[in-house]
Amino acid sequence: MSKFKDSTLKSKLIRRVHRRIVLAGLLKASAVALLGWNIRKLQIEDSEDYKLLADANRVNLRLIPPSRGLIFDRSGTPIALNEQNYKVVFIREQAGDPGKVLKRLASIIELETKRQEKILQDMIKRSSFIPITVAENLTWKDFAKISVNLPSLPGIIPEVGLTRHYQEYESYAHIVGYVGPISDKDLESEKPVDPVLQIPKFQIGKVGVEKKLEKHLRGRAGVSKVEVNASGRVMRELNRTQGKSGENIHLTIATNLQKFASERLKGMSASSVLIDIKSGDILSLVSTPSYNPNNFVLGISQSDWNALLNDERKPLLNKATSGAYPPGSTFKMVVAAAALELGLIGLNDKIFCAGFYELGSRKFHCWLKGGHGKLTLQEAIQKSCDVYFYEVARKVGVKRIGDMARRLGLGQAYNLPLTGLSKGFVPTKKWKKERFGTSWLVGDTLNVGIGQGFSLATPLQLAVMTARLASGKEITPNIIKNSNKNEENPKALSIKENTLIAIRKGMFNVLNEKEGTAFNFRTTDENFLIAGKTGTSQVRRITREEREEGVIKNEDLPWKMRDHALFTCFAPYKNPRYALSVVVEHGGSGSKVAAPIARDIMLYQLYGGIPPVTAYPEKQQLEVRNRLMDIEKKINSRNNINKNI
Amino acid sequence: MNPFIKIIYINWPLQILILATALFGFLMLYSVSGGSWEPWTKPQINRFFISFILIFAMSAISISFWQKISPFCYMLGVALLIAVYFYGDTGMGAKRWLDLRIIKLQPSEAFKISMVMILAYYYHKLPVNKVSHPFYVLVPLLLIIIPAFIVFRQPDLGTALVIIMIGIFVMFIAGVHFGYFLFGGLSFFTLLFILFQSRGTDWQLLKDYHFRRIDTFLDPSADPLGAGYHITQSKIALGSGGLFGRGYMQGSQSQLNFLPEKHTDFIFTTLAEEFGFFGTIGLLIIYSLIVAFCIFSALATTDKYSRLLITGLCMTFFTYFSINIAMVMGLLPVVGIPLPLVSYGGSSMIVIMLSFGLIQSAHVHKNIGF
Repeated sequence: MSKFKDSTLKSKLIRRVHRRIVLAGLLKASAVALLGWNIRKLQIEDSEDYKLLADANRVNLRLIPPSRGLIFDRSGTPIALNEQNYKVVFIREQAGDPGKVLKRLASIIELETKRQEKILQDMIKRSSFIPITVAENLTWKDFAKISVNLPSLPGIIPEVGLTRHYQEYESYAHIVGYVGPISDKDLESEKPVDPVLQIPKFQIGKVGVEKKLEKHLRGRAGVSKVEVNASGRVMRELNRTQGKSGENIHLTIATNLQKFASERLKGMSASSVLIDIKSGDILSLVSTPSYNPNNFVLGISQSDWNALLNDERKPLLNKATSGAYPPGSTFKMVVAAAALELGLIGLNDKIFCAGFYELGSRKFHCWLKGGHGKLTLQEAIQKSCDVYFYEVARKVGVKRIGDMARRLGLGQAYNLPLTGLSKGFVPTKKWKKERFGTSWLVGDTLNVGIGQGFSLATPLQLAVMTARLASGKEITPNIIKNSNKNEENPKALSIKENTLIAIRKGMFNVLNEKEGTAFNFRTTDENFLIAGKTGTSQVRRITREEREEGVIKNEDLPWKMRDHALFTCFAPYKNPRYALSVVVEHGGSGSKVAAPIARDIMLYQLYGGIPPVTAYPEKQQLEVRNRLMDIEKKINSRNNINKNI
Repeated sequence: MNPFIKIIYINWPLQILILATALFGFLMLYSVSGGSWEPWTKPQINRFFISFILIFAMSAISISFWQKISPFCYMLGVALLIAVYFYGDTGMGAKRWLDLRIIKLQPSEAFKISMVMILAYYYHKLPVNKVSHPFYVLVPLLLIIIPAFIVFRQPDLGTALVIIMIGIFVMFIAGVHFGYFLFGGLSFFTLLFILFQSRGTDWQLLKDYHFRRIDTFLDPSADPLGAGYHITQSKIALGSGGLFGRGYMQGSQSQLNFLPEKHTDFIFTTLAEEFGFFGTIGLLIIYSLIVAFCIFSALATTDKYSRLLITGLCMTFFTYFSINIAMVMGLLPVVGIPLPLVSYGGSSMIVIMLSFGLIQSAHVHKNIGF
C-alpha cells in the first residue's frame, strides 16, 4: 500500500518536474520574445533617431574663421594686418578634471592662479564643448612646449590664430579704429547671427572703419566636417567648405602726411583734416592725443581703459569728425557768401567799425578794441572784423545764413565709414523756440554772424566748406579709395563766380596782406601761396566788468577755459588743390596757434615731404628749421621702432 | 561502450549551434579590433577549439562519474571562492580573479557549475517525499546562500544575484512546493524595499556605486557623459544598426571607440550596429535553439541528476545571454556579465564549455539510469 502510494507520489513528482521544465522553458521563451521585441523597437522603430545620434556623435562641425580683410593706405602700405598668434584653447568635456589640467599647464607655461580661476569660471558658464581661450600670444618656445606635452593635457588644444595688428598705430587709431573680442551685446545687435561670431573671442570691429566696414572686412567662415572618436580626437575630415576671406580696404589717407600731421599736432588736444579738392579724398585726418589700438585687440585692461576714458584731452574721441566747435571767424565766409549772393552788400560797400556794435542797450564788441574804421568785405575778412559781420548778418538774417551754411557743407554728417560722426549744428529760429521756449533775438543773429553762439562745426566740415569755396563745387569727402566714382564730377554749388572770387581774395589777404590776421604765417613760394581764415572761438562768456578791466589773456586762464584756435585754408591760391582745417582745443588764438600748424601741414603736402625752409619768411627760417628737423627725427625714430617690431 | 563510439551519440545540433555562436564571436572580435587577428581574435579561437575538444572528451565520460564527484566539485568551488577572497587579484575595486598561472579564473563563474552539480546531486539523493520538507528546503538554500554571500562580499552583487537565481531555479525544477517560491518572492521584494530605504543612512546595505548604477539604469539620460554614458552610447549603437546594419566593420560607434568594453560585455552592440536587426535576431534565435535543445535533452533523460543538471546549466547559459542583451539595451543595470561564446574572455569561455561538456555527457548517457 505504502509502496503504491510512494510510487504514485514519485510519478506525480516526476510529472511535476516535467511540468516545471516545460513551464520554465515557456518563461525563457517569453523572456527571449521580450528581448526580441525590444530589439525590434530599437533597431526598426526608433532606428532613424539613433542613426542621427550616431552621426551627431561622430561628426563635428568646425568653423574655420576667415582671415579679416586688410586695410591699406592710398599707396598700398598696410595699416591693419593679421599676424599669427599662437594660442591654446581648452575644451572642458575632453578634460577629466579641468582644474588639474590647468595646474599642469601652469607648470609648463606661466599662468597665474587668478587667471586659472577665471578660466574655470568661464568654463562653467559655457557648454562643456565650447573651447575657451586659455593663453594667447605665446612665444614659439612655449607653444612648442605645450604641443610636446599634449598627451598629459587632455582638453588642451594648441591653435594658430590670426590677430589684428595695427602698423602705424597712433596716427591711424581714430580712422581705422580697432577690433576686439565680440561681446554679448554685439551678438544681440547682429541679426541674423553669422555663425562665425559664435567662435569665442572672435574679433569684430568695434570702432572706426573696422566697425563700419565690418561686413566687408569679416569675410565668410569655412566649415570643416570632421569625424571624431569618443575622446574628441579628429580621425579624418569628411568634407570642407571653403570660406571667403574678407575684402581688403584701401583708404584715401596718405601715410606720410598723416604721420607728419600727427607729429605736428602732438602734445596738443587738436585735430586737422586735409582734403584733396579735386576728388574729395581725405588725405589726412588727425586727432590728438591718440591711443594704441593694439591694446584693444585682445581686450583692454580696466585700468588702461579708465585712463583713456578719464583723460580730459579725450584720446578716444576723433575730434576731426566727432568734435563740434563754435566755428568762430571761420564762419564769416558763410555770412559773406550769403550777403553777396543776395546782393545785400556790394564789393566796394564800406562799413564803419568803431570797436563795438550797439543793439539797443547791448554792446557787441569787435575783437579789436579801438575798431577797424571803414572796411570793405575783403578787408573785413582779411582783418576778421566782427562789427562788419554783425551788420551784414543782421541784414541777411539767420535763416538765409543757415541756408548758405548747409550749402557749404555745415550742419550735416557725410557718408563716411567712421564712428561717432557729428553733424555739427546750424541753428534756426524754430529750434531755439523748441529748445529754450524763447524767441530768436537779433542778438542771436549777430552772434551767429561771427560764428559764436549756437552754431557748431567739426574740423571736417570746415575743411569741406573751404574746399567748396575754393572749387565752387559741391565737394563731398571720402575716405575709402574709389568709393564715390559716380561723383567724380561734383555738381556746381551755384554760387556766383564773383562771390567766390571775392571771398577767396579776402582769404588770400588774411595771409598775404600786411594787416591780415595770419600775415605772419604766409609762405614765400610764389607757386604755393595759401589762402585761409583764422578763427578764435570763445568757450566762456566775457562779462562787462572783465571787458572794462581788460579781457584776461588766454595764458592766464585754466586750460579748459581757453579759446579754441581754428584755421581753415586752401592752396595753392591760384589753382586750389587742397583744403585744410586745423582746430586746437583751448589753444588760444587761431592766428597764433592754428595758422602756423596749418601752414606746415599744407606745405608738407604741397612739397610732398618736409618743406624747404625757403618757403618760409626769412625771419622765421631758423625756428622753422629746428621745428621741422625735430619732427623729421621723431618720425624716423618711430619708423625704426615699427620696423623692429 | 567504446568512448569513441559514444561521441556519435552526442547532441550534434547542440554542438553545431555552439560552433555557430563562436563563429559569430570571432567575426565580431575581428571587427572590433579594427580588422585584425590580434589582440583578441586569435586567442579566442585557440581557446574555443581547445575547449570544444574538451566537450567531446567530457561527453565520453559517464554521467555517473560526474554525479559522484559533484560534492567534491562543490567543495572545490567554495574553496576557490574563499581563496579569491584572500589571494585574489584586485581589479575595479573588487577581488574577483584568481591567477592560476595558465589561466586567470573567475571562481564565481566556475562556482555556478559546481552549485548546479551539488543541487542536482542533492535532489537525486533526496527521497522524493522529502523534497518540500522545510528542513530539506533549508539545506540547499544554505548551499546557495553562503557562497553567494562570499561572492557578494568580493564585492560582486550581479554574480551573487545570478547564483541565487540559478540555485532557486534548480530547486523549483526539482519540485519544491510552490508556496516556498511565493513566500520567497514576497520576502525578496520586501528586502528590496528595505534596501532602498537604507540609502543614505548609517546602515546603508549597498555601496554607493551600486545605487548610482541603479540610478543610471533608471534614467541613463540624466548623466550622459558620466555613469549613463555606457548605456546611452550602446543604445545609440544598437538603434543606428537599423534593419540591415551599417555593414561589417562599418559601425561608427564601435570603430570610433564610443562603445565601452566593446570586445567583452558590450560586444552585442557592435554586432547590432554592423549587422542590424537580422544579426541580432539571428544570434538570439541561435541562443534560443541552444536552450531549446538543452530542454529537449533534459526531458529525454531518465534520471533526476541529469535532468536537473541539464536544466540548471542551461539556465546558467540562459542568464548569461539574456542578462547581457537586456543590459546593453538598458533594460537591466550594467553588471559585468559577458555574452556567452561571443565576448572575449577565457574564464567565461571555459565555464560555458565545461557546462556544455556536462550537458553532452548527460545526453550521451541518458539511457543508463542509476
